[in-house]
Order: sequence, then C-alpha cells, then structure tokens
Amino acid sequence: MTDTALSPSHFEAHDDHAHHDADHKPAFFARWFMSTNHKDIGTLYLLFAIIAGIIGGGISGLMRIELASPGIQYLQGWASLMGGTEATMDQALHMWNVLITAHGLIMVFFMVMPAMIGGFGNWFVPIMIGAPDMAFPRMNNISFWLLIPAFVLLLGSSFVPGGTGLGAGTGWTVYAPLSTSGSVGPAVDMAILSLHLAGASSILGAINFITTIFNMRAPGMTLHKMPLFVWSVLVTAFLLLLALPVLAAAITMLLTDRNFGTTFYDAAGGGDPVLYQHLFWFFGHPEVYIMILPGFGIVSQIVSTFSRKPVFGYLGMAYAMVAIGVVGFVVWAHHMFTTGMSVNTKMYFTAATMVIAVPTGIKIFSWIATMWGGSLSFKTPMMWAIGFIFMFTVGGVTGVVLANGGIDDIMHDTYYVVAHFHYVLSLGAVFSLFAGFYYWFPKMSGRMYNEFLGQLHFWVFFIGVNILFFPMHFLGLDSMPRRIPDYPDAQAYWNGIASHYGYSIMAAGMLVFFVNILWSLFAGKQAGDNPWGEGATTLEWTLSSPPPFHQFETLPVIDPDSHH
Amino acid sequence: MGTQVGTSMKIVHSLLLALSLAGAAVSAQATAPAAAPAAAPTVTTAPAPVIEPGVAPAAAPGATDAKANPPAYVSTFKPDPHIGQPEPGGWKLPVQVTPTGERALWMHNVILMPVIVIISLFVLGLLLWVMFRFRAAANPIPGKTTHNTFIEVVWTLVPVLILVAIAVPSISLLAEQFKTPPKNAVTIKAIGNQWYWTYEYPDNGGFELTANMLKEKKDAAPGERFRTDADGVRLLATDNHVVLPVGVPIRVLVTSNDVIHSWAMPAFWAKLDGVPGRINQMSFTIERPGLYYGQCSELCGARHGFMPITVEAVSPAQFAAWVASKGGTMPGATPPSGAAASEAAAPAAAPAAAPAAAPAAAPEAPAATNQTDAPAAANSTEG
Repeated sequence: MTDTALSPSHFEAHDDHAHHDADHKPAFFARWFMSTNHKDIGTLYLLFAIIAGIIGGGISGLMRIELASPGIQYLQGWASLMGGTEATMDQALHMWNVLITAHGLIMVFFMVMPAMIGGFGNWFVPIMIGAPDMAFPRMNNISFWLLIPAFVLLLGSSFVPGGTGLGAGTGWTVYAPLSTSGSVGPAVDMAILSLHLAGASSILGAINFITTIFNMRAPGMTLHKMPLFVWSVLVTAFLLLLALPVLAAAITMLLTDRNFGTTFYDAAGGGDPVLYQHLFWFFGHPEVYIMILPGFGIVSQIVSTFSRKPVFGYLGMAYAMVAIGVVGFVVWAHHMFTTGMSVNTKMYFTAATMVIAVPTGIKIFSWIATMWGGSLSFKTPMMWAIGFIFMFTVGGVTGVVLANGGIDDIMHDTYYVVAHFHYVLSLGAVFSLFAGFYYWFPKMSGRMYNEFLGQLHFWVFFIGVNILFFPMHFLGLDSMPRRIPDYPDAQAYWNGIASHYGYSIMAAGMLVFFVNILWSLFAGKQAGDNPWGEGATTLEWTLSSPPPFHQFETLPVIDPDSHH
Repeated sequence: MGTQVGTSMKIVHSLLLALSLAGAAVSAQATAPAAAPAAAPTVTTAPAPVIEPGVAPAAAPGATDAKANPPAYVSTFKPDPHIGQPEPGGWKLPVQVTPTGERALWMHNVILMPVIVIISLFVLGLLLWVMFRFRAAANPIPGKTTHNTFIEVVWTLVPVLILVAIAVPSISLLAEQFKTPPKNAVTIKAIGNQWYWTYEYPDNGGFELTANMLKEKKDAAPGERFRTDADGVRLLATDNHVVLPVGVPIRVLVTSNDVIHSWAMPAFWAKLDGVPGRINQMSFTIERPGLYYGQCSELCGARHGFMPITVEAVSPAQFAAWVASKGGTMPGATPPSGAAASEAAAPAAAPAAAPAAAPAAAPEAPAATNQTDAPAAANSTEG
C-alpha cells in the first residue's frame, strides 16, 4: 500500500498557507445547494444515504412485523392508510409487493451506492490521489442532485395506482410482463423514471471518477501506488459506465412497451419477456459488484491501518478486483436458471460463476495475511472490517452453492437466496459502510466518535443481523419462496426468530449508532490529523481534521521508492 | 439414482440433440394447446374438452366447487407432515422422491455443504487465531512482509481445485436433469394464471383442470368448499390435485397466460418458470405415492403467495382410473386424438375443434414453441 513518504518540510509549508484562502467557504445556500466541492458533495451524499437507509430499513421493519407470525396481520391497515379508504385484501397484498420493491430499490440505489461511491468515493478519492478536487466539480453536483428527484419519484410512486393497488409492486427487478401489462397505472412509470435518473446520476459520477483517477494523480502517484480504495472505486466506475446504459435501455423499452404500444417484451408481438431478464441481469450482476467493490477497498485500508502493516499482496488485491469486475460481466444468467435455459447455457453459467470465487478468495486470504504478523488494535473500524471478512465469506460460500445450476433449481427464488444476498450486502456492504464511517468520521468531522458506543453498535448489530438473516437459510432450504407476505404455519418458528429477535436487536444497534454520531458531532473530543497512528499511511491522514476546504493547492509529491 | 452420465461433450451434445428433437415431438403430441401460447395465449383454453362442470377452464380464482369423487377413482392419500411439505422449524432440504432430486440432494448434502462449512470455519479459525496471536499486546512490533509468491499461488490454486471438484459433479448433475424423457413419458402442461394454475393432459385426451388454493373455513362463503386437514396445510392445499403416476417418467411443460409464474415442487427438485409465449420443459420420475405441495416461485402480482401446487402421485393403475374418471384415455389404448374425438362425454364442439386444430398447429409448432433455447445453444457450442 501507499506509503506517501512526503517530506516533512513540504507539509509545514502547506499548512502555513492552508488557512488564508483554502478555508474560505461560500455562504450556506451556495455551499450546500450549488456545491462544487468534493467534500461537501460527499457529505451531502452521506446524509442522503443515511436518510434513505432509515426509510429503507423502516420498510424492512414493516415487512418483518408482517412476517412475524402466520396470516395477514397489518397489511390491510397499512394499505388503507396509504389509500385513504378501506383497502381490499388484494390491495393489501399488492401493498406487500410495493414494500419489497421499495426496500430493494431504496437500499440498492439510494443507500448503498450513494454512500459508497458518492459519499466515501467523493470524500476520499481526490484526497488519496493528491488531487485538489474532482475533475468535473459541477458535474459532481448534478450527479448528487439528480438523486433527489429520483428518490421523490420512487417514494411518490407509492401513492399512485400501480395495478391491483397503489404503488409499484413489481419487485426491484421490474420483470416484464408483470411490469408492463401486469401493472396498469402511473406507479411503475414513475419507478422506471426514478431508475433512469438514478442511473444517469451514477453514469455521470462514474465518468467523473474515471477522469479524476486517470488524470489528476499527484506527481509520483502511479496507478500501482494508488491506495486500494481508489482502485476499488476505479473498477466500480467502469462497471457503472458499462452496466447502467444497459439498464437504461432495458427500462426504456419497458416504458415504450407500457405506453407506446411496442412489444419488446411481449411474445404476442414477437418480443420475449426473457429478453428483459437478460438485459436486466447484464446490468444487475455487475451491480452487485458495484455495491461490494468499494467495500473491499474500504476494508483493505482499515485492515492495513489497524495491523500497522502495508496490505499483503497489493498487486494481487488490485487485480483481483479487476478480475471480479471483468468476470462479473459474463455470469449474469445465473439469476435466470429457472427461466428455461438450455443445458449448455446452464453449464456455462455454472462454471463461469464459480470462477468468481477465486479472486474473491484471494482477497479474503490477503486480508488475513495482512493481519498476520501485524500489531493489531481492535478499534471500532477494525471490528467492522473483521466482521465484514467473516460475514462476507459466509455469504460467498452460499453463493458457490447457488452457482450450481442443478442445485439452484430448488434454491431459486427461495429465502436461501434472500439469506445469501443479505449476507453479502447487509452483512457485507453495510458492514464495510460502517467500517468506513467510523474510520473516516474523525477526518470528516474533526471529532472522535465514542469508542464504547462504536463497539456496542458493532456487537449489537452483528448479533442482530445474524439472528435476522441466518434463519433465512433454513427457511429457504425448507422451501419458503421469497416475496410472499404469508407462509405455512410450519415456517412460523424461524420467521418469528428473525422478526422478534433479529430485527429488534439490529434496530437497537442502529439506535446506538445514531446516538453515537449525534453525541460525537457535538461533544466528541477533537481528532488530530491522524488519530490512527503509524498504520494510517494514505494522504488523507496528512491533512487536518476536517481537511481544509481546498486541499493540496501545492500538489504533494509521492516518493518513487515508497513501499506499497 | 439414475445412471451416471459422462461429462464428455459428445454425450452432452447428443443429449442436447435428443432434447431438441423431443421438443419437436412434444409439440406435435400436445396438439393445439402446445402451439397456442406462442401465437395467442388465450387459445389454450378453447379446444380442451372440459368434462367436469366444477372446473371450467375460465373459472375465476374464487370458484371452488366441491369436487365430487368420481366412482372409479377414490383418493386415499393423507398429507404426510414429513414429506412433500415444509417441516415445522425445518432447517434442511426436503426429502426427495425423484432420482434426479435424490442425486441433487446428495450433491448438496455430501459435497457442497461440507465444503462450505469447512471453508467458513477455516476462515473463522484463521481470523480468531490471527486476532489472538498478533494483537498489539502480544506483538508490539509489526512485521513488514507484504509478499510471498508461494502462498499467493497456493491460495489461488487450492480454491481452483476445490471449484473443479464441485464443478465436475455439478455439470454431470445438469446433464442428468436434462436427460430426455423416454417415449412412454406422461406429459402434463402446467399453465400459470393470475392467480391459479390450470393443467392439461395432452397424452390423455387433452382434458384440463383448474387448481385454486382452498380457502380457510372462516374465509369461505356459505356453501363454498373450505380446506380441511385432509387437503393439506394452510396456503398449500388446492381444490384439484395434479394426479401423476409413480414410476413413470413425467414430462412437465410450463407456460403462462399472463405474467411470469414458476411451477415449483420442492420434493421433486423441480422449478421451472412459466413464461408467456414460451413453453419450458422438464422431466422427472416420482418414486413414491403421496401428496406433494409447492408454491408459485416467481413474483406474479398481488396473490403471488396464494397459488399453490398440489401433486398427487398414485400407482399407474390408479392413474388410469383417475384419467378415466376425468373422461380422458390412456395413450396405450387408442391414439389420443381419436380418443378425444370418440369421447362421448365431451361437449360436441370440442372434439371437432381438437383434431382440426392439430394439423394446422403442428407445422409451426417446433419453431413457435421454443421449448427452451436448446437448438440455438447446440449450434453455438459447435462454433
């Protein structure tokens, strides 16, 4: 990893002039609504992601309450509340589909992606490569502000007709023909437009990151000296750039099928519903790596910092991510094993999917090798990172099970799949988000978080999500389909455990988190430039906490002999 | 256990070829209904001679007229709480009653499960050991090792070997699952609708039945049939069962009239999407009589969770009796199309329609039905 090895005298010179014009901030409205500053835009992204996370997490709470015991308990009440009139049972059941759709879309497009790429990416990619800002600061701003109408459209879709009831009840995958002839009314159109805007936002962001990383590295910051977090965002940006246009095309054809009489996905007009699935998953599978790769980068920084040791096998780590990105584009149809594929297609996608386990294994073992021989301290970010490594492993091995086309025939669309992707996302991506948040909170805010509350948050959340999601493996093996609001009484036991204990404990952990950030923002003790000591070698720790409004007016020079 | 199928591409390829040929044969056998969805989904219900008044093909989801047991066939099965349905507090894959299912279950339980548990425990053990051994208090001065080519090669190659060890049985399992059913296979066609399933028996005179979920007593209208424990558990029991013979290969064709549904039967290791405009095919042989339950497994709208599937597996003799009670015929006795025409109980228009539709539909059937994309894939492997 990158030892920046800057000359000390250079720093002092930088600090000397940092305070006169570097910290001149615009007034409130200009600063936050017309921002061109990567750190402010990063902060906006993080705030947005936290708000979206509260909404998306709240929706999962509604789902867990309904699933806590067999029978339909609450849906009819909620649907009546949303519609303003007494809801029929079908409208209530449609409400369930709206909840699962909203939960998925919010968590993917409005929580994980904005936090990882928009939030941490914006904040730290320019700093880590020694750049003063992003390449296109105004485009950076529009990337963020496109998310607001996107989110408003998605939330607004819940209040307009979407077929059987109010809202888009298609699942986050928006499969045709359920999303075309199966959902009459404006709700699905609004959800599609929301995805268009969120996709445009991400494409603009991806262009910005690629340009910044290729053109704005400080002297001496070669590609092979870049911190792994920067590598992870670079690979992610390429995935976004290549995958999102395919989603845009797929959902545009949905729109024209819905509104203008085309039949891209309608067999009666010569189209094919399965075409939509191919297009969607050509985007959708890279999308899951888009959500996890920046997390890989964050975890690499943290493991190195708290082991006081450079990352083991830096090049292997960087190119493992590149390999995951490349292979991630040729495995999409493992999401479609039951659509009636030929035996050869199934064999190919089985084999190709398994290949991804190899670079992923390299990453897991390299993290452990980084810790090996290190001098480990178990501060909150490190606990999240270690938790991530193990939980991601558990989510990864169930992925190997699901990769087998012949095995997936029984697993597909059951809770086993739900358990699998929550282990890699809720316990993978989200753990890395918390790790990054605690790791960089002192740098972003200038104040230390409360270590006790941080540890408490980790342990409570860790226990909660495991009780919440591990039983879902059992439910899946016991053949419970996903996306159903009610289940046979035999499945009440594990559903009850997940709802009553898992969700409540997880929610208590989140409460600790919010108490911690509020308390720390106002009363946390001042963080120095580098609260983590000699293990923290990337450029952000050479700046003040919080960093000056404009950093690196004089570019730092990276020692060509520095070790990585 | 079925016979082992080699993994050589030659065998796989011949399987494929056979499969695509079978697809064409199936389409021809299935006469009008098989060809219908490609052209116009609504046609599927038209030519089928409907025998039983209670189960008209156009029946609304709520129509659950009591099924009077026909004299020749009496269902004697009671749901088995340990087979064919979820176990209370269950945490394992269900008992399998088909050879392919048993083989897949073996692969999961004997190969995959131990491998993933060992890998997870290995990573956990390494992490805990490293956390203990290299904590700052025990190791105040960090090492500087950042490369070791040997270990990096090891942790690349060992996973590759493990994956190859998984892939070999996995690929041959796929080949086994795609084996072409023999000539004497019984074909049924499952058609998804929002939110119930209809079934056709094209080899047995083409009669059709509709399966709706049985309501609970408190939800049923006066006089309406409601679920009893003899029907099965809540949410899984249907008014009409898909009756199938044991010991005989079954070919299931799955399609849909509206949105995508998925016909799933966990005890058979079977799940296949019903896609409007396509006819998908799978096959299995049930080894054990009994009642088996499954649920729609692709989000299909509001009542997605409420369109279960009940299969009643019976002896071939009972199957013949059941088919007769539905007004159908067994293919061995007389040719299916002739049987349909000679069926006195059928409405007058239907027998006329069925043979008339068959020749017209047959020529376009192989192209139109697109039973999986096997022929296309076969071509691509040659290139």
